[in-house]
Amino acid sequence: MDFYAAQFLTGLASAASLFLVASGLSLIFGVTRIVNFAHGAFYMAGAYLAYTLTERLSGPFGYWVGLVLAALLTAGIGALVEVLLLRRVYKAPELFQLLATFGVTLMAEDLVVLVWGPDDLIGGRAPGLEGGVLLFGQRIPAYDLFLIALGPAVLGALWLILHRTRFGVLVRAATEDREMVAALGVDQKWLFTGVFALGVFLAGLGGALQLPRDAVNHAMDLSVIVEAFVVVVIGGLGSVLGAFVAAVLVAELNAFGILILPGVSLVLAFLVMAAVLVVRPHGLFGREEPAPRAVGLPARLWRPLGRTAGTLALLAVAACALLPLVAGPYALAVAAEIALFALFALSLQFLMSVGGLVSFGHAAFFGLGAYGAAFAVQAGLPMPAALPAGALLAALGAVAAGWFAVRLSGVYLAMLTLAFAQILWSTAFQWVALTGGDNGILGLWPSGLAGTPAGFYLLTLALLAAGLVALRRLAFAPYGYALRAARDAPARAAAVGIDVGRIRWMAFVAAGAAAGLAGALFAFLKGSVFPDTLAIPLSIDALVMVLLGGVGTVSGALIGAVAYKSAAVWLMRETDLSKLVLGALIVVLVVAFPRGIAGTLADLFARRRRA
Amino acid sequence: MRHLRLAALLILGLAGHQAQAQEPILIGEINSYSTLPAFTEPYRKGWQLALGEVNAAGGRPIEVVSRDDGGKPAQALTAANELVAREGVALLMGTFFSNVGLAVADYAKRRNVFFLAAEPLTDAITLSQGNPETFRLRPSNSMQAAMLAEEAAKLPAKRWASIAPNYEYGQSAVAVFKQILVEKRPDVEWVAAQWPPQGKLDAGPVIQAIAAAKPEAILNVTFGADLAKLVREGETRGLFEGRSVVSFLTGEPEYLEPLGDEAPEGWIVTGYPWYAIDTPAHEAFLEAYEKAYGEHPKLGSVVGYTTMKAAAAILARAGSTDTGALIKAAEGIGVDSPFGPIVFRAVDHQSTLGAFVGRTAIKDGNGVMVDFAYRDGADYLPDEAEVKELRPAD
Repeated sequence: MDFYAAQFLTGLASAASLFLVASGLSLIFGVTRIVNFAHGAFYMAGAYLAYTLTERLSGPFGYWVGLVLAALLTAGIGALVEVLLLRRVYKAPELFQLLATFGVTLMAEDLVVLVWGPDDLIGGRAPGLEGGVLLFGQRIPAYDLFLIALGPAVLGALWLILHRTRFGVLVRAATEDREMVAALGVDQKWLFTGVFALGVFLAGLGGALQLPRDAVNHAMDLSVIVEAFVVVVIGGLGSVLGAFVAAVLVAELNAFGILILPGVSLVLAFLVMAAVLVVRPHGLFGREEPAPRAVGLPARLWRPLGRTAGTLALLAVAACALLPLVAGPYALAVAAEIALFALFALSLQFLMSVGGLVSFGHAAFFGLGAYGAAFAVQAGLPMPAALPAGALLAALGAVAAGWFAVRLSGVYLAMLTLAFAQILWSTAFQWVALTGGDNGILGLWPSGLAGTPAGFYLLTLALLAAGLVALRRLAFAPYGYALRAARDAPARAAAVGIDVGRIRWMAFVAAGAAAGLAGALFAFLKGSVFPDTLAIPLSIDALVMVLLGGVGTVSGALIGAVAYKSAAVWLMRETDLSKLVLGALIVVLVVAFPRGIAGTLADLFARRRRA
Repeated sequence: MRHLRLAALLILGLAGHQAQAQEPILIGEINSYSTLPAFTEPYRKGWQLALGEVNAAGGRPIEVVSRDDGGKPAQALTAANELVAREGVALLMGTFFSNVGLAVADYAKRRNVFFLAAEPLTDAITLSQGNPETFRLRPSNSMQAAMLAEEAAKLPAKRWASIAPNYEYGQSAVAVFKQILVEKRPDVEWVAAQWPPQGKLDAGPVIQAIAAAKPEAILNVTFGADLAKLVREGETRGLFEGRSVVSFLTGEPEYLEPLGDEAPEGWIVTGYPWYAIDTPAHEAFLEAYEKAYGEHPKLGSVVGYTTMKAAAAILARAGSTDTGALIKAAEGIGVDSPFGPIVFRAVDHQSTLGAFVGRTAIKDGNGVMVDFAYRDGADYLPDEAEVKELRPAD
């Protein structure tokens, strides 16, 4: 019994660290609707700054001052990012701010290595709390007890701020109804900056408080951001109390789960999230969001390509098909990679732009396609059969994921797809007998004509063109109109007899199959499949390509994919600081093209025609 | 500094390809520079040092085209393809992660390019997934497990527990260690196992779960930030008191140094005690390295240095850049490493580079290895019959 009590206490300490980060994320989302991908980067910055400050400031007093100063400095950096970057893109379509924070995250990972060096840094222990305290027959670190007390203290302080200060009242009002608060004459600008800084302060504090127990390193951000987001979603977006309860839930389930299944940490948080979302579609303490007002709608009505534009598109494809005449084998392989990623991005765009369904786990279908193709090859099938096999497996996955997902909406839906992808990822990772685990499946090289760089490129290009045509036709078919009706006004769509859930489900399957085809091509391009085809970074890549291209367009992802992928490949070649440059590039593009590259260009074009 | 600047020029590819009296041989190099700078920075310095020495010795000059793989197999393949198809390199070398190494090895087989894997530890790269084009420098996972299991068998402990990262490296390290230990000590039982995700160790609950099983000895395979968390939390919670700990890689400066005065004491580890190896070969290397960079080498430096020396030796012996000739030259070739002479075996293309096994201690506020001995890799490699069974026929 004693042991279980001690394990419970230990779980509470883990929960406290998780809560600090998650509460900040939740606050920021609640008010500004920003999916702050950079929250992990701020957590990391807090830890690095705390390291430097505690090394400089001497004495026990200096140590604690250093931790708090680090959090304050991080909050200052956060406020700066908000004022200089995010303010410029609040008017952009939903989720576009995510792209900006993603750029900041990429930069941060390289910047901390440049500033603090590549080695892990071990900070000093917390003065006064170095040792352990005997409790329940186990020695519990005094620092853990401090964290256990700190969690509820921060929760209480946040409650006081939110309920007993004018700032808090405004924050709650803005969480409830942003437009109304603005209409009443509240300066939203500084409210947003204040909330963002407060949220980042909590992230920085969370990072700084890891100093006595962790090693400060340049991968800290990724180790925390996804889990923090999961906690926020389980708790209910915007709910600080929810974040607290969810952090305790996840940490305790982990502490006791590993006693039965020692490998469960890999996927536990996602399993919990999936289970919670199936039962409670808005998290434990979240409330149903008011129906979105017509703000995310495309600026112009979509039209199928006219004769001129259609001819131009055909010419463009023809020009691309001539590439083998001038390009060498390496350039062709890169071009094939860009083309298949364009297909992948287009499939997500269909889901996001036409269906209004955001997926944070689109790699699930890409990876299923890749593994489907690999299994088919292992079963002795040739490439022409393995490609559709990959697409089929992905479509089946989409049938399963879509069935659960279409019951949800907004970020909850997006996070459920992420959970689906992560569960698949950990399956591929763990099921070594089937997938080879992280050593992957090798030797999938195509033979014959498709085995030549030019042949493979032309095949990929042809499938991209076919996928593009198919997805566009779908978007402009009666089905597509119904899907768009469900996106723009779900209640009215249902009222005129559209089965909203069903047509959304079909959108998942169509997008899943297209992504699966891209994944199957990827398996043959690389001759191998690894679990990272299912992993979060690939899902983010897809999201970045769509947002960069323009979420308000039908096929802007094509341009986003070409721009992002070619920049990424080129930068990897040119510099070890590719993340820094790519991140900066994204930040610049975000500011220059607030509706995405294709979206902004199309706007300009339309305006000129009107003028 | 001369060779440093030269190497920098070579990396940037500014030296160009203009026909000179002797056109240089191009080597394509790939590693996880942006993902694992703590290991790959010293590694890069190591091969740059060796490159300078090789080119200073005369003969046909060697030029290196180096690429970052971002820690991902797919990106490594893009880089490999660029180096082979566009730069026309004579051979590929490098890589850190096992899955990246395997992906590049598979590419090498497909394109019939010579590949010298520097760091990947998985057994598969020379055994179950072995291929004629691929050679590997570092002692494999199994070899290091065997070295540690040999020491572990001497401990009185009978009840063992393991903590290992939840991926192929951790899983196979524990599996091989168990297998070898049980052969020597049939009385050993395993009472607990924890598999935290790599990089995300939640130290408190994991340590309590291990302690609850009351093991007499602990096998640790975590490294990097996870190791730091394990050590700090474990010390506070008294996990290591009265228990023996056997730990993979912990004696490598990359992982031991950051721990400073919190480094664990008395752990049986593999590693690289650069401060106390008094062989002439190592002293010469140490002096040259410190002179070139003003800092001491890490294990990555030795790996980078030796990989480059081996590549140069293979090129010199082959006398051509034809892949078949390179494979023939590499099989059975002897190379002088800072750890002493090594041989690349013909049967499985694995080098006989070994590792140092010793105990950790704290000296002047820093973690060090003491009572260590060099274990020659040749003594821990599978014999020919075993290899024939495990490795696909060429």
